[in-house]
Amino acid sequence: MWKTLSTVFVAIPKGLSITFRYLFRKPVTEQYPKERPRFEARYRGLHYLTRYADGTERCVCCGLCAAACPADCIYMEPDERPDGTRYPKIYEINELRCIFCGFCEEACPEEAIFLGHEFEFSSSDRDDFIYTKEMLLANYDNIERDRVAKDIKPMIRQERFQFKKPALPITH
Amino acid sequence: MLLDAIIAFLKVGVIFAGLLTAIAYTTYFERKVVAHIQHRMGPTVTGPYGLLQPIADALKLLFKEQIKPSGVNGLFYNLAPILSFTAACMSIAVIPVGNWVEIGGRKIQLIISDLNIGILYIFAITSLGVYGLVLAGWSSNSKYSLLGGIRSTAQMISYEVSLGLGIIGVLMISQTLSIAEIVRQQSGSILNWYFFKQPVAFFVYLISAIAETNRSPFDLPEAESELVAGYHTEYSGMRFSVFFLGEYANMITVSAIASSLFFGGWNGPVFPPVIWFLIKVVAFLFIYVWIRGTLPRFRYDQLMRFAWKVLFPLGLLNILVTAFIIVLRS
Repeated sequence: MWKTLSTVFVAIPKGLSITFRYLFRKPVTEQYPKERPRFEARYRGLHYLTRYADGTERCVCCGLCAAACPADCIYMEPDERPDGTRYPKIYEINELRCIFCGFCEEACPEEAIFLGHEFEFSSSDRDDFIYTKEMLLANYDNIERDRVAKDIKPMIRQERFQFKKPALPITH
Repeated sequence: MLLDAIIAFLKVGVIFAGLLTAIAYTTYFERKVVAHIQHRMGPTVTGPYGLLQPIADALKLLFKEQIKPSGVNGLFYNLAPILSFTAACMSIAVIPVGNWVEIGGRKIQLIISDLNIGILYIFAITSLGVYGLVLAGWSSNSKYSLLGGIRSTAQMISYEVSLGLGIIGVLMISQTLSIAEIVRQQSGSILNWYFFKQPVAFFVYLISAIAETNRSPFDLPEAESELVAGYHTEYSGMRFSVFFLGEYANMITVSAIASSLFFGGWNGPVFPPVIWFLIKVVAFLFIYVWIRGTLPRFRYDQLMRFAWKVLFPLGLLNILVTAFIIVLRS
């Protein structure tokens, strides 16, 4: 009886005081459709392909992202510009296969592919989830417009690296 | 004569409507408070601050299909929710909501019926409520319902004893069974409240009242993790919600009795008596919800041991000590 009474008069009031204090704290609920959820900077959402300041894409189609991808969701075909620089003729990411691990952005030597914060890209058609190069670049353009509007400094190098000698054209 | 009848009808109508509104908004109050204890928001979508949520819930429950499982005992299956709700609502009749008011030279007391055996009446009526749960458990033809019904019988009978012992402490010093009279005795100063004369009785009463209304942490008759939903497992739609109305009506009644017997009912400065009564009842409801948001459910043997080995002796001891003091004083 005394043990029970000590529980009732010591332990339970202690518990009650904790819940009472919690009662006046701010709820942690995010009212999602009404307000934007808060993201950590490291959040991994929809991919984007970056451009240099002159508007040309960074990707050189080296294939490291596709090699690193554990879900095998990146497909690319290379091509060459007249000046000998490489670029991807086709660059596709299947967002339904993607597991958003972020290995592609870690593998990329050119800072060309990143995972953004966009997560609302649902569709009722599976074909809509094959993101082409143009779509991925458009994602970047949106983010970049936002960055310029908010006057945030760019995190990545903005100029294309210039070789002293022009690259040799590939001979087949 | 006719005027008396009209006044009586008006009192019943107003208090019953008030009780139903109070039940609806107790659910809202409970959801909000428990949500904030858990760092959530609670209902926010329906109306400003989700204030229309009880109305939305009521409408939803009214339009839901009433599934009646095969093999139920039809008569008792239908009777059980009605019985449990009626019993819960009836006991509000002897609780004074406020003092006398003068309207057109007539003195009207704000109580449906000032029975001279008010407390006995409350005991009788709350005991009837058990029948609703037992019949629901038995007539549903389901093992979970039956187990819930059996549990609630055992629990409510055990805790009714200590509930009574708690109230007897007050009766001994008030020398009356009329609740209106007990409230009047506590007027004047805050020190006249029977809580200060009978703290042990209040403690016994409060805990038994939580158990009596099947509220957490004594909600074993409807323990979700063990019994699906207890005695109302097989009920749906409005029949189910009538059980819930009954449970909340019980909560309100028990809070009203606690504030009348121990905390001076409608007595209080500045505000009108009805407001004071409501403040006290809401404070008790808050304690109920607060405890629900804090404590986990008791185990069944703990529940029984607590009733018979702690509350029961404590109640008896309190009566003994009170009796000694009364004898010594006279």
